[in-house]
Amino acid sequence: MSDINDFIKKIEAEFEEISPGSLNPGTNFREMKDWSSMHALIIIALIDTEYGISLNGEHMRSVSTIKELFDLIGKKKVTQQHIND
Amino acid sequence: MAVFSIPGAKISGISACVPSEIRYTKNYDRMSENEKNLFIKTVGVESRRVTGKGMTTLDLCVTAAEKLITELGWNRNEIELLVFITQSKDYYLPGNGTIAQDKLRLSRNCMAFDIGLGCSGYIYGLSVAASILRAAGIKKALLLAGDISTVNTSYEDKSVFPLFGDAGTATAIENSSDSGKWSFNLFSDGSGFESIMIPDGGMRNRISQDSSFVYRTFENGNSRTPLHLALKGIDIFNFSIGEVPRSVRELLAFENRTIGDFDYFILHQANKLMNETIRKKLGIEKNKVPYSIQKFGNTSSASIPLTVVTELGQKARENNLSLFLSGFGVGLSWGNVSLNTNHIVCPEIINAG
Repeated sequence: MSDINDFIKKIEAEFEEISPGSLNPGTNFREMKDWSSMHALIIIALIDTEYGISLNGEHMRSVSTIKELFDLIGKKKVTQQHIND
Repeated sequence: MAVFSIPGAKISGISACVPSEIRYTKNYDRMSENEKNLFIKTVGVESRRVTGKGMTTLDLCVTAAEKLITELGWNRNEIELLVFITQSKDYYLPGNGTIAQDKLRLSRNCMAFDIGLGCSGYIYGLSVAASILRAAGIKKALLLAGDISTVNTSYEDKSVFPLFGDAGTATAIENSSDSGKWSFNLFSDGSGFESIMIPDGGMRNRISQDSSFVYRTFENGNSRTPLHLALKGIDIFNFSIGEVPRSVRELLAFENRTIGDFDYFILHQANKLMNETIRKKLGIEKNKVPYSIQKFGNTSSASIPLTVVTELGQKARENNLSLFLSGFGVGLSWGNVSLNTNHIVCPEIINAG
C-alpha cells in the first residue's frame, strides 16, 4: 500500500478548491470550508477505485483527520486480505 | 439465485414524457455558489423537470403510451397486458394500472396492475412483462414506468431537493421468435429499507396531525417532515458502488459475455459520481455509458427508458443494439438485464403541460 503522502496528493487532485500542499496528515477534513456530504462521496469513491476498499457512512463518521482515514483504509485492507487468504 | 433467461420477447418501442417546467440547480437558493458547483460536478444535475398541480405520473405515462401506440400503429385490442411501475400513483387506491387501461382505450381483456418499485423498477417490470407474455401467449404488452418524486421533496433538504426530476415512460413489448433472449439477475436487501424512504402516510406510520406535518432539522442542517423523501446518501452510494459492479459481472459470467459485447450500458441515473465509479470499476469505456441526469435529474423508474429516448434516440431507431440495463436503489432492490433492440420506434421526448 502506498504511503500517506500519495494519499494526500490524490485527495488534493480530486478537489479543485484545495491547492496542492495545503493538506497534511493532521488536517481535520470536517473543518474544511464548505465541507459537505458530497465531499464524503468523492472520498469514498476515490478510496474504492484506488484501494479497492469500501467505506460506509458509519466508517466515515468514525474518523476526522486524514491520518485516521488513511489508517482505517490500512486496517480494512488487512482484514480483506485475511478473508481472501 | 434469481438469474434467468426469457426467450421470445422483443422491445418494439420506447417513449418518454416530461413536464415542460424546468428547474435549474443554479437557482436553488439554499446552496452557496460553491455548493452548487460541487453538486453539479459531483451529482451531475444541472436542471430537472417538475410537475405542477394536476399533472401526475399517470398523465405522463399515458401521454407517452398514446404517442407510442400511434407511432407503432398497434391495434389496441391486441394489448393484453399493462404493467405500471410507480411509487407515486394517483390514488391511495385503486392503482394506476386499471385507470391507464381505460384512458388508453385498451380492451377489457387486458390484464393491468401496478408494481411498487423505484430505481430498479424498469428491470423488474421487463422481467414480469416478458414472463407473462410468454406464459400466457400474449402478443402485445405495455410497460409504463415513472414517478413524480419532486412532490415529496422538502425545499429545506439539500440532500434531496435538487436531485429528483419527474418523468413518465412507455415501453412496447411484443412476442417474437427471432429476437434472442433477455437475461436477468434480480436482487433485494430489505435490511436497507430505511436508506431511501418516505416514513409517514402508509399503514405503519399513519398520517397524524401531530407529527406528519412537523419539520425536523437534522444534524447536517437539512430539514423535512416525515411525509418527505429521506435519503441516506452515503449508505446508498456505498451499496451501489459495491453491489452493482458485482451483479453486472455475475450476469456477464452467466451469459458468458464480456463488456466488449455490448454497445451501451444504461445505468439508472442516480448520481453521476456513483455511476462513474461503477463504470470505472467495471472498466467500461466512457462513450458506452450515456447520461441524462444533467438535464432531468434522478427520475426513478423512468430514468433508463428516458436515457434511451434522449441519449440514444436515432441510434436506437436506426440500428440493432446490444444493451445492458442496470437499475438499483429504493428497497433496497437492484437488477440487470441484457437484451437486443432492433430498429425500435423511439419518438422524440414529449413535453407536457
